[in-house]
Amino acid sequence: MADLHFSDAEPTASERRAVLAALSVDEESDGAVVVSHPRVVRAGMQRRRQMRHQLLPALHALQREAGWISPGGLNFVGRTLGVPPAEAYGVATFYEMFRTEAPAHELSVRHVCIDPICALAGAAPLAEHLRSQGHAVHEGPCLGQCERAPAVFIQGRREPDRVPADGSGPDSLLVSITAPAPEAPSLLRHMIGREPGQSESMSMEAYRERGGGAALDAALRLGTDEVISQVTAAGLSGRGGAAFPTGIKWRAVADGEGPKHVVANIDESEPGTFKDRLLCELEPLAIIESIAVAGLTVGAEHGWIYIRGEYPLATQRLRHAIAQARSAGWLGDDAAGSGRPFDIELRRGAGAYICGEETALFNSLEGFRGEPRNKPPFPTTHGLFGRPTVVNNPETLLNVNEILRIGPEAYRSVGTEGSPGTKLFCLSGHVGRPGLYEAPFGMTLDELLGLAGGVQGTLAAVLLGGAAGSFVGPDAGGLRLSLEDTRAAGTTLGSGPVMVFNDTADMSAVVERLAKFFCDESCGQCVPCRVGTVRQHELVTQIRRTGRSTEPQRELLGDIADAMGDASICGLGHTAASAVLSAMRLGLLGDTAS
Amino acid sequence: MTRSGESLRPEAETERVTLSIDGREVTVPEGETILAACTAADVETPTICWAPNLTPVNVCRVCVVELEGSRTLVPACSRPAEAGMQISTDSERVRHSRRMVLEFLGSANDLSQASEIADWSRIYGADPARYDGGASDVSADGSGDLPERPGPERVREPVRIQDDLYIRAYDRCVLCYKCVEACGDDAQHTFAIAVAGRGFDARIRTEYDAELPDSACVYCGNCVAVCPTGALQFRTEFDLRAVGEWRPDDQSVTRTVCSYCGVGCNLDLHVQDERIVKVTSPADHSVTSGHLCIKGRFGWQYVHAPAFEPPTTSATEH
Repeated sequence: MADLHFSDAEPTASERRAVLAALSVDEESDGAVVVSHPRVVRAGMQRRRQMRHQLLPALHALQREAGWISPGGLNFVGRTLGVPPAEAYGVATFYEMFRTEAPAHELSVRHVCIDPICALAGAAPLAEHLRSQGHAVHEGPCLGQCERAPAVFIQGRREPDRVPADGSGPDSLLVSITAPAPEAPSLLRHMIGREPGQSESMSMEAYRERGGGAALDAALRLGTDEVISQVTAAGLSGRGGAAFPTGIKWRAVADGEGPKHVVANIDESEPGTFKDRLLCELEPLAIIESIAVAGLTVGAEHGWIYIRGEYPLATQRLRHAIAQARSAGWLGDDAAGSGRPFDIELRRGAGAYICGEETALFNSLEGFRGEPRNKPPFPTTHGLFGRPTVVNNPETLLNVNEILRIGPEAYRSVGTEGSPGTKLFCLSGHVGRPGLYEAPFGMTLDELLGLAGGVQGTLAAVLLGGAAGSFVGPDAGGLRLSLEDTRAAGTTLGSGPVMVFNDTADMSAVVERLAKFFCDESCGQCVPCRVGTVRQHELVTQIRRTGRSTEPQRELLGDIADAMGDASICGLGHTAASAVLSAMRLGLLGDTAS
Repeated sequence: MTRSGESLRPEAETERVTLSIDGREVTVPEGETILAACTAADVETPTICWAPNLTPVNVCRVCVVELEGSRTLVPACSRPAEAGMQISTDSERVRHSRRMVLEFLGSANDLSQASEIADWSRIYGADPARYDGGASDVSADGSGDLPERPGPERVREPVRIQDDLYIRAYDRCVLCYKCVEACGDDAQHTFAIAVAGRGFDARIRTEYDAELPDSACVYCGNCVAVCPTGALQFRTEFDLRAVGEWRPDDQSVTRTVCSYCGVGCNLDLHVQDERIVKVTSPADHSVTSGHLCIKGRFGWQYVHAPAFEPPTTSATEH
């Protein structure tokens, strides 16, 4: 744009090509003209402003091509999309996967997870080993592969990203602890009717043979009001951690006017959580179908998938599924024969836990820094691009498909009164068989651990809900895993991670790492979280070094926790002290005598 | 609606809402914030990132109040007032969070030139030193081999002096976003600066920390005018402070109209010892909303130029 100021730095020819390829922008016109559709060519300033949401894909392209976001590359992206370079730089520096300094090598980068489960499984020696072999190594937060720790993700330099364990390693364990009856709800049994590794059955044909498409048919047959009333009657609540009633959310968006959006939030980055990755890898067409059900039900034209950047296989399969769904007529100008347009666009995150927060996700997707917005207004009225937006976790969306398959009454036949249906639990750490388990709400922790092969060794603590959750001790085996029971016990299920630690784990190291995780992942926008997480980590480090806490230290930790919980903008700050406080209560940081 | 919130059609009826502030009923026009309602109720509210001429970003969280029925505290500066809201501005929870925000900033930043924040810190009893010595009694217990405990992490940044007009001392920056707003959507639309990095390492930056003269900066100085901590400072003030000669109490402020073009921007000339040391514009001025261009802001040196004397030529000698 003429009124933006850029430095003299120019892109290399390859950077230019990479960006243009990622944006499907006409190179001859230097980006001023955009071919958005074979028959629609739009140009001009207004169009460029509307292109900002392509910033993240463009930065991904630069990073892959050059190994960093160079000044010349950034200028080219800024000129093409009409983004001021200072703002584009602000966005590039926000994400774990982008570098803004030239790397000293030409290699793909091996990300090694250093969060608790991978640390227990030997992440540090693995990183050392990889370095000694001459690899470029980046140690960072959870990569969502806790069931096969220690996790590695390879961020490709001029090659596709990949996860070594995909395809080559042992398949992940999937267990459905649900009634085998066809009328009982079960995502793994009925929605994901397939074992891992059977890639030949990824076709639409095979999916239809497994019953795929029935939810979309039912949704169109029943219509908006009936679908929402069934979802409400089933008592479905969000599975991403906040447990908000899905029916209320959908009703509000359905009642909204004008263009609307549906977003599948597949940015699961909570340490200990890997369920969404497996769902997308196993049955991507079911995810696409469920997004279409949501979109056509609430009257949205635009569907979006925001998936974390560290999930290359899930991303590839979802893209393939989108293409198949378009061919089959599920997506397009007359989506599934509804007479209404609906299509889905996929966006990759670039490594930021905070972008799982729904409003941070919107900002990230729109090409801004992934900083949460203040609520209210809520996404149901002011969501993506300021429009009414349904944003749901894929597990939630798949549950809607199940409700449409069997009806709300049958759906409520499992689970508890306050938490109907099933929950996916991600078991990791010191259990016999780490993996993805689907169980009815209300099963006790002991039962779940027993079904996962039991605790290896002597149980020290279980972290429920991940970094944003809390520790429970060995005496919590009788805890019923439902929303209401965990709430009453002062803990949370979150998105379903169950991280198990036996007495060989250095729990104080685990707690210190969790405190550091929040320092690293705080977006830095609001004071309570930006400074509070750092002060909390400093105190935890002090207590760990001395092996005991003093009264002033405990008071200060409590003061910090209260301020973060009360005054932070978003859920990250609200929950940043939860695991630390629970660890203090259980004495996991050492004794509490002053 | 104009920027300052006045209706362009005075005859238009504005809906009004009544809410309770600390037990007192207050009525404000619909669309006003809780902060405006507090002001209407004569309740003073601390603010850092809020300014009358900028869109609220509600990031500092020092203005939080307790809203009945809300799980967390809410920011007064941006939350619209609604009929029937029950607001507490001086509850234990409110006082605690305000104190902690001020304490956090005091423990992380150089606030020596942030007089308003210092005043509020005193009022709320903020004690940033709490983070300095939490474990000193423990390290004295004779265990001997404890590694030396570092003090609390602080924002450490060199002063950036890259031109004659203003300096940037980011160790004083509390990330209130005001400069970013003034440089961008709220005033100048230059977008020379943005927040870069994440968490405690987030900083206000040009792209790749480019020097200001090489950046998009047009030297309007609007960022300096809205900075609450002295992180951005006019060079005149910075140089006078360096020699201990910055004396706000000895300064007079004279309002005038900028002489460069016909827009009619009001200027406040801050004068010390018969010299202009700073130029601002009133935030409530209908033309500027407090914002100026490089000429009005910095183009006043000619006032102090020696009086013009016509050259003598051989022709005049005849």
